[in-house]
Amino acid sequence: MVGAGIVGAACAYYLTRAGIDVVVVERGAVASGTTGAGEGNVLVSDKGPGPELDLAARSAGLWRELAEEVGGFEYEPKGGLVVAGEDGARAALEEFAAGQRAAGVEADVVPAGDLRGYEPHLSDGHAGGVFYPGDAQVHPMLAAARLLRASGAATRFGTAVTGLIRHGDRVAGVRTPGGDIAADAVVNAAGTWSGDVARLAGVDLPVLPRRGFVLVTEPLPPLVRHKVYTAAYVTDVASDSADLETSAVVEGTPSGTVLIGASRERVGFDRSMPVAVLERLAAQAVALFPALADARVIRAYRGFRPYCPDHLPVIGPDPRAPGLWHAAGHEGAGIGLAPATADLLTALLTGRDPVPGTGLDPAPFRPERFAEEAA
Amino acid sequence: MRDDPPSREFDVVVIGGGPAGMAAAGAAARRGARVALVDAGPAPGGQYFRRPAAALARAAGRAAGPAVHDAGAWRGLVAGLAGVEWLGGHRVWAVEAGFAVHCLRGERERVTVAGRRLVIASGAHERVAPFPGWDLPGVMTAGGAQALLKGQLVVPPGPVIVAGTGPFLLPVGAGLAAAGADVRGVFEANALHALSRHATAVPPAKVAEAARYAYALARRGVPYRGRTAVIAAHGDGELSAVTLARVDADWRAVPGTERRVPCATLAVGHGFTPQAELALALGCATRTDPDGAEVVAVDAGMRTSVPGVFAAGEVTGIGGARLSMTEGEIAGLGAAHAYIPDRFLRRRARLARFAAALRIAYPVRDGWREGLRPDTVVCRCEEVTAAAIGEAVELGAGDARSAKLLSRAGMGWCQGRMCGYAVARLAGGPSPAGRPVAHPIRLGDLAAGASAAPGPDRAERAASRTAEGPGAGA
Repeated sequence: MVGAGIVGAACAYYLTRAGIDVVVVERGAVASGTTGAGEGNVLVSDKGPGPELDLAARSAGLWRELAEEVGGFEYEPKGGLVVAGEDGARAALEEFAAGQRAAGVEADVVPAGDLRGYEPHLSDGHAGGVFYPGDAQVHPMLAAARLLRASGAATRFGTAVTGLIRHGDRVAGVRTPGGDIAADAVVNAAGTWSGDVARLAGVDLPVLPRRGFVLVTEPLPPLVRHKVYTAAYVTDVASDSADLETSAVVEGTPSGTVLIGASRERVGFDRSMPVAVLERLAAQAVALFPALADARVIRAYRGFRPYCPDHLPVIGPDPRAPGLWHAAGHEGAGIGLAPATADLLTALLTGRDPVPGTGLDPAPFRPERFAEEAA
Repeated sequence: MRDDPPSREFDVVVIGGGPAGMAAAGAAARRGARVALVDAGPAPGGQYFRRPAAALARAAGRAAGPAVHDAGAWRGLVAGLAGVEWLGGHRVWAVEAGFAVHCLRGERERVTVAGRRLVIASGAHERVAPFPGWDLPGVMTAGGAQALLKGQLVVPPGPVIVAGTGPFLLPVGAGLAAAGADVRGVFEANALHALSRHATAVPPAKVAEAARYAYALARRGVPYRGRTAVIAAHGDGELSAVTLARVDADWRAVPGTERRVPCATLAVGHGFTPQAELALALGCATRTDPDGAEVVAVDAGMRTSVPGVFAAGEVTGIGGARLSMTEGEIAGLGAAHAYIPDRFLRRRARLARFAAALRIAYPVRDGWREGLRPDTVVCRCEEVTAAAIGEAVELGAGDARSAKLLSRAGMGWCQGRMCGYAVARLAGGPSPAGRPVAHPIRLGDLAAGASAAPGPDRAERAASRTAEGPGAGA
């Protein structure tokens, strides 16, 4: 397993439970990449009907199970509230929700007058909203660390994969400065950096970084009960624009801090933090919750989401390099999608038919789909 | 909110009004540059030249001049500021390439200062290795005790004990004793004469200064002991006693040497950590000093790896006021595109050798970790114990950043300024120094910038790359 982010940790957990002997190789520490820069979103609300929603819905159920089986990562099934500013947006949101309901997602239309019942500190003037009881939140770093610990898998932290062992065409393990590790399968769970790992096998995996910032306030008395965001978030997530998009997602955490995400920009691995982006996130958060104006921001952090051109993750064996498997490219939804990804990968790797077991069709996530499109 | 011009542009913006920043601002201004000197404090001087406010000094019947030391240097620095725009009470909360220095004046008012070149002279904060009871009221940092005395004219209640490591303990102990505090001892955890092994690097003036402090302590009967540490502080709600012990070369307490002594104020310090977050936010390269501190890397002209950004003083490595002033002078001249005389470079080299010798002579040894109990609080803001950090490390946190994310150590109000060093040593990696929001800012004040008029053209260009799309709040 290359990578000890949430996806690598979840894969290690499901694979070891299936009786597979796993070694996790991570160049940094546990959750030191994008997992450690996220908010811990487990969302069904932001996904329209299709393969990603199927994966998310299955994952939401698995997170509930993992909270019981493993625990210790602040799982909060708090639900999400999406609000629409005006009637046009409200109509679009309700139509979006109707499609989700048809796909089996719980989505309750909330009239404008009832919004305060969900969020007493919400600003005035919203046209309405939709409440999603299935949205949840976890502490992403603790989740990765606890799943990895519970897996019992061997770990090699601070160990970079510098090459792959090949037996003819076959990928038969990894090379590291600390020595070679032979394996029947190498799973690329390197997130935003998974394209680099694929390149070691001579295959192209079009995973690129999409920068995002999160603002963190000082600890506050409970002010925000659910995950709250505006309907604009959904269009931003699905957008193909390289420009900056911001649509605040506001949520409280068990430690009292309020997290405010999320900006999206395609600027490569540029680590600068433009104040203009922070200002816009702040303005949108205050527009949703005016009481937040007096809260002080004590920290901001950045992350680089791993995105694929079609916004779907890559899960499964790579026919171009037998022995190499991928579980990567989850963009901003890696925390939410990790358990179902791991479950699907485990079904495929152990030769189980995934459809009866997981209810998921692996076809939309095939690694070779991009090469086929190009051909 | 932004009343007078929301932003002003200078040739050189110097961040930090201590010895290095004052010297840099003066040197650049003397060469004709338009210079702004930005500092959070009400008056220039920084921690080293901290003085009481004029009114407070008058009330106490004292001159509001500098502290006793370095009066000549102080007069020179003050004279140098004649042509400099002094922007006191400005807390820098972010910097951007270009360069835009984002400040808060007072608590609320946002001011952006633009400059073609930057000198970062942001100084250092004190480092403390935790021990059981160090979070009791009555325990303060050595620098904190000195600041109370110099800035507020407050003499802390006795009995007072000064402990930790480094030459800084001497002026703190001597200053407190001279002000009438009941100082019962100055305890150095390293060997007292550690520096003599590097005698060739020690300037005679420094030897004389140390001797003066030691004499001042001896004259008042205050013992100055080496290889002695405070291994625990005790008290019910506030400090009433400490346990002293002999320590070995790795700072492990020698069994049988513990003694408990009454104590109402413990001033403790284990050296300093450079405050490098603004330089890091700009992407300046860093290097690790022999004492483990992450410092801003500079060349002989005090240039960082980022074009147009200079750094001077403690942020480039802990070295004291003399070295800071020399570095400031060099950085200021460089930022003004002026010639730098060789004698400055030679003086810096000489003082830097001495600073390096000090860092080697007064390291923090890892034996302090063995004195922690599971319930010893390491991060005071978030009340994270040594046991919780141990658990995070066991969960796979192999560095300070991961330990912080898993345990919340360093995620509170001070953002790890106090505990960052300790957490890094417990997790076994470098301190996480990156901190893009360098000072807390109200969300409402941050949000106000989204609709306000664009900033200076440089800042505007930096922002316009990203500020397209729907307006804020849309």
